[in-house]
Amino acid sequence: MSEATEDDARGQDAETAEAARGMATQRRGGGPPWAGAGQPAEKASHFVPSATRLAGRLRIERLGVWVVLALGVLSVALNVIGPWLLGRATDVVFAGVIGRQLPEGLTPAEAAARARADGDSTVAGVIENHDVVPGAGVDFSALGSVLLAVVAVYLFASVLGYGQGYLLNGIVQRTVYRLREDAEAKLNRLPLAYFDGRQRGEVLSRVTNDIDNVSTSLQQTMSQLLTSLLTVVGVLVMMVVISPLLALIALLTVPLSVLLTRAIAKRSQKHFVAQWRHTGALNGQIEESFTGHELVRVFGRRREVEETFRQKNDELLESSFGAQFISGLIMPSMMFIGNLNYVAVAVVGGLRVASGSMSLGDVQAFIQYSRQFTQPLTQVASMANVVQSGVASAERVFQLLDAPEQSPDPAVPAVPAVPASRRGRVAFEHVAFSYRPDAPLIRDLSLVAEPGQTVAIVGPTGAGKTTLVNLIMRFYEIGAGRITLDGVDTATMSRAELRSAVGMVLQDTWLFGGTIFDNIAYGNPRATREQVLEAARATYVDRFVQSLPDGYDTVIDEEASNVSAGEKQLITIARAFLVDPALLILDEATSSVDTRTELLLQKAMAALRTDRTSFVIAHRLSTIRDADLILVMEDGAIVEQGRHDELLAAQGAYFRLYDAQFAGAQT
Amino acid sequence: MLLRLLRDHLRSYRAPLLAVGGLQLVSTIASLYLPRLNADIIDNGIARGDTGYIVSTGGWMLAVTLLQILGSIGAVWFGARTAMGFGRDLRAAVFERVGTFSAREMNAFGAPSLITRNTNDVQQVQMLVLLSCTMLVSAPIMCVGGVVMALREDIGLSWLMVVSVPVLVVSIGLVIRRMVPLFQLVQTRIDVVNRVLREQITGIRVVRAFVREPQEVARFARANADLTDVATVAGRLQALIFPIVMLVLNVSSVGVLWFGAGRIDAGQMQIGALTAFLAYLLQILMAVMMATFMAIMIPRAAVCADRIAEVLDTEGSVRPPTAPVTPERSDGELVFDAVTFRYPGAGAPVLSDVSFTAAPGRTTAVIGSTGAGKTTLISLVPRLFDATGGVVRLDGVDVRDLDQELLWSRIGLVPQRPYLFTGTVASNLRYGNPEATDEELWAALEVAQGADFVRAMPDGLDTAVAQGGTSVSGGQRQRLAIARALIRRPEVYLFDDSFSALDLGTDARLRAALKPVTADATVVIVAQRVSTIADADQIVVLDDGAVVGIGRHEELLTSCAAYGEIVASQLSTEGAAA
Repeated sequence: MSEATEDDARGQDAETAEAARGMATQRRGGGPPWAGAGQPAEKASHFVPSATRLAGRLRIERLGVWVVLALGVLSVALNVIGPWLLGRATDVVFAGVIGRQLPEGLTPAEAAARARADGDSTVAGVIENHDVVPGAGVDFSALGSVLLAVVAVYLFASVLGYGQGYLLNGIVQRTVYRLREDAEAKLNRLPLAYFDGRQRGEVLSRVTNDIDNVSTSLQQTMSQLLTSLLTVVGVLVMMVVISPLLALIALLTVPLSVLLTRAIAKRSQKHFVAQWRHTGALNGQIEESFTGHELVRVFGRRREVEETFRQKNDELLESSFGAQFISGLIMPSMMFIGNLNYVAVAVVGGLRVASGSMSLGDVQAFIQYSRQFTQPLTQVASMANVVQSGVASAERVFQLLDAPEQSPDPAVPAVPAVPASRRGRVAFEHVAFSYRPDAPLIRDLSLVAEPGQTVAIVGPTGAGKTTLVNLIMRFYEIGAGRITLDGVDTATMSRAELRSAVGMVLQDTWLFGGTIFDNIAYGNPRATREQVLEAARATYVDRFVQSLPDGYDTVIDEEASNVSAGEKQLITIARAFLVDPALLILDEATSSVDTRTELLLQKAMAALRTDRTSFVIAHRLSTIRDADLILVMEDGAIVEQGRHDELLAAQGAYFRLYDAQFAGAQT
Repeated sequence: MLLRLLRDHLRSYRAPLLAVGGLQLVSTIASLYLPRLNADIIDNGIARGDTGYIVSTGGWMLAVTLLQILGSIGAVWFGARTAMGFGRDLRAAVFERVGTFSAREMNAFGAPSLITRNTNDVQQVQMLVLLSCTMLVSAPIMCVGGVVMALREDIGLSWLMVVSVPVLVVSIGLVIRRMVPLFQLVQTRIDVVNRVLREQITGIRVVRAFVREPQEVARFARANADLTDVATVAGRLQALIFPIVMLVLNVSSVGVLWFGAGRIDAGQMQIGALTAFLAYLLQILMAVMMATFMAIMIPRAAVCADRIAEVLDTEGSVRPPTAPVTPERSDGELVFDAVTFRYPGAGAPVLSDVSFTAAPGRTTAVIGSTGAGKTTLISLVPRLFDATGGVVRLDGVDVRDLDQELLWSRIGLVPQRPYLFTGTVASNLRYGNPEATDEELWAALEVAQGADFVRAMPDGLDTAVAQGGTSVSGGQRQRLAIARALIRRPEVYLFDDSFSALDLGTDARLRAALKPVTADATVVIVAQRVSTIADADQIVVLDDGAVVGIGRHEELLTSCAAYGEIVASQLSTEGAAA
């Protein structure tokens, strides 16, 4: 019995680990961030509503968002004007260069005409297109004012850009803070049934991985997407204004780069799949070899294990090389296309300057523009994946936030009127309950536990023993009937009031990452140090704690192997000991505490039970024999209740159970 | 740490790394040569009206572009080759090192942590190497190359380059230097937030039962606020980078034009050089920016490298003997002589002054409460740990002087947690002895009381077993683990609480069946149930790591108070483990 439950717990843990591993490898496997095309698409099923809702969470910050937008537009506009102004400066210089070669005193028109008469129509065109003053050199005052303007423009652009980034960062951080806050608050309002219905790791990954992912996606996209999109638009406008022909050439590279990227991504996909598969296989082997480490050693299998490892490691090398090489080609390819563009602009632009239809400064500006054009474009393209996965994560968080909550506590909670010294009467009146509507578990259950009584609940696995005590705690809401504590319907009490009257020792030995002392004190934060130590001594925690290097300050964490399962269980008992409740609920799954410790524990628990109503999910014959009331459960119903001797005499369900489980042990 | 790790494990990749450097050099020089050609177009083509020259130089530019991409592709090829090979080597190094660890090191690190170090951490460092080869190295090459090209172009103007590049590097460096520790802090705080959440979810019943929701909310709010504060500061710094880069870049361009114009006007420089200069600036600064973004990865990889190095620097505390002694006999006599074991730094020893002899052909049982040191005691025999005092002798030789393979071949261990490996029932059983025939497997299963359920499995011996053995029940797992040890036919059997998941009937039948098989062997059984060990030839009672009684069941009942207590507790609660 205890073995089965233990195994269940282990199974669940394994599942959790599995889920976590799945997440990890999925996130891990990828390639470089820009090779997003190769990653498994995590897609939102309702992209638009979820994205809208995510955006809606920014509403509190809308003033800030508008300011950010305004700043963004301004700073991008200034940044886009910059190259054009620099082009003007180049023109001034170029005009000076040409002008110096011409004889002084001529008007530009005369100079051009003379050049054309010399058969040099190119120079003529250049003269007409630049403000050439024949004979004069570079006009430094004109150049100076243009350049001053450029400095001013860029200075403003940078300041505004910083302002935008600064504000945006705050907005994103606060938004994520609120999302985390809401998710955590939600966890506290969800009924336990929500957690029962899914793997722990799955819920966990919604509140951790998914929110982290939303956070990074928001940060990346909000700052870059906006500026990138605006820049693309601004640059495009400038390019068309300067030279529609060159703009067309620049635009031609867009489909080219899209096609090329897609072709590469398609090829690398196959390798990525293989890489993930081999990574999974190798990680599995590592996990297994490390978990079964002592067996590998003692059975002398290290050489074989290392041999298999080597093989798998080599396989991974080959597949990951393929994936990384092919996806690594994306960047150089983009650069190649950028360079092609550069060459085209240089040649065509050069020809057009020579033919007099464009100024040198314009070509110069154009080269800068075309560089600025491809970069944000690729950024936007890679951003698409980030947005996708961010919205998908947001959707999963929203699903959690939308899950139905447990019923709120009554506005005016009832409080039992019985004096504290005489409390602890529990009654079930025609209680019905089911986890799923189609499978009723408890039907019409009634029982009474008088103050100070010990109630032992026995029965086969799945009979509903744990459910019964969970209902007392209102971990689940009953379907019909009522449960009273000291005459008050527990449904009319606040959950906090109800639960603080109850001390509970659960089957799973949950401890949080903190010191042993803090974990015991968890039962009652107001307890003094002496009280905590006393609880520890009473439950035999003290003994093993003394042998730990850090004593009560030993930190229990997930990887802790300094504290055994049995010792953890002792700590949970000490924790309940400290609460000093009116009602005690014990799940007697003490299988990992050996029999001698168990005996001492039983004594302590017996002392704890004195004058307290206790519900014990009992596995020990002694507990059952000494109980004031034994409830025999089968299929969610109490089939028998009474004392040990009465029930044995009745030769009913209890008798059969006793015979099967304990009789053999007596011999 | 990171540097040392890279140095040690990249040593064998010198040639491909040189190739990466060379190819990146080619590709970078090609990139930098384009603006020069463009300058030629301006100076010799446009200014002189020579359209033919413009077109032919355009052709040259195309050729250079091709050279550039060929260089890049080559660099990516060698880079990926190196990085992936490096990853493989590092993974293997960690894996092999962990193979030499004793239970002490395994416990100190924890298996999950070692798994992460061997998988995820290695992957992070490997990614850094890859990005370094493909992108990071091109930045310094671009810087140096750009400055050189600028010098060739016009020495008079190149001081601008010499000023602006360091200004950019230093200003970004300053920001990043403040940012990096902050980002590390952000990661730590994310871990804290996630840990709190994980605890709240796994411990939801406890939280609710103890009405600790308000405290938990407060605890989380604190963690969340801590995270947000640091993330905000880090984000602000990050927001600074791009404006700084743009400003330095653009002010430099202005400088080029202003000072360039003066030199052009004075006839010291051609106009084409001006545009070339602007292009160099852009390329260099872009490369620097890219590199700094990549550099953000370094601290993260450094943390991983530290964690990897920690494993690689740990020596297994159990070392094979330098001069193995071959015992003259092989009967399996096991002697514990004043054995003491203490974890480093721990106050109370786990075992103190334990002495007894487990004779061949006899069954020695070890009993005691949780934490009494039973498992530790048994672990000293196959040297999962080494005693910190006293000697464990097998066949008259200190186990620390025995060749490890020889030692292990004489031991059949059934651990407390009967771990099974992915594979089949047969492959798990053959873990004990790869040469065992099917008949031998079945014979062992018969003894271990496992034949019936294996026969009932869909594929018998070939039935698949999931990792850890989670696909079979605890009791079945235990019996398979026992059969696995039996197949080795060792001289010493060590059963560490190996019957706990069996019901009393199976337990009794198994022990009866074991008797003839282990008749000549030394058997040591750790148990919690008195009924399992009551008929042992010798019972060692451990309490708080010390021997408080040795003898047969009947003797101990009268002579040993601790044993009496254990027996008494079980007579009333014998149903416990059923």
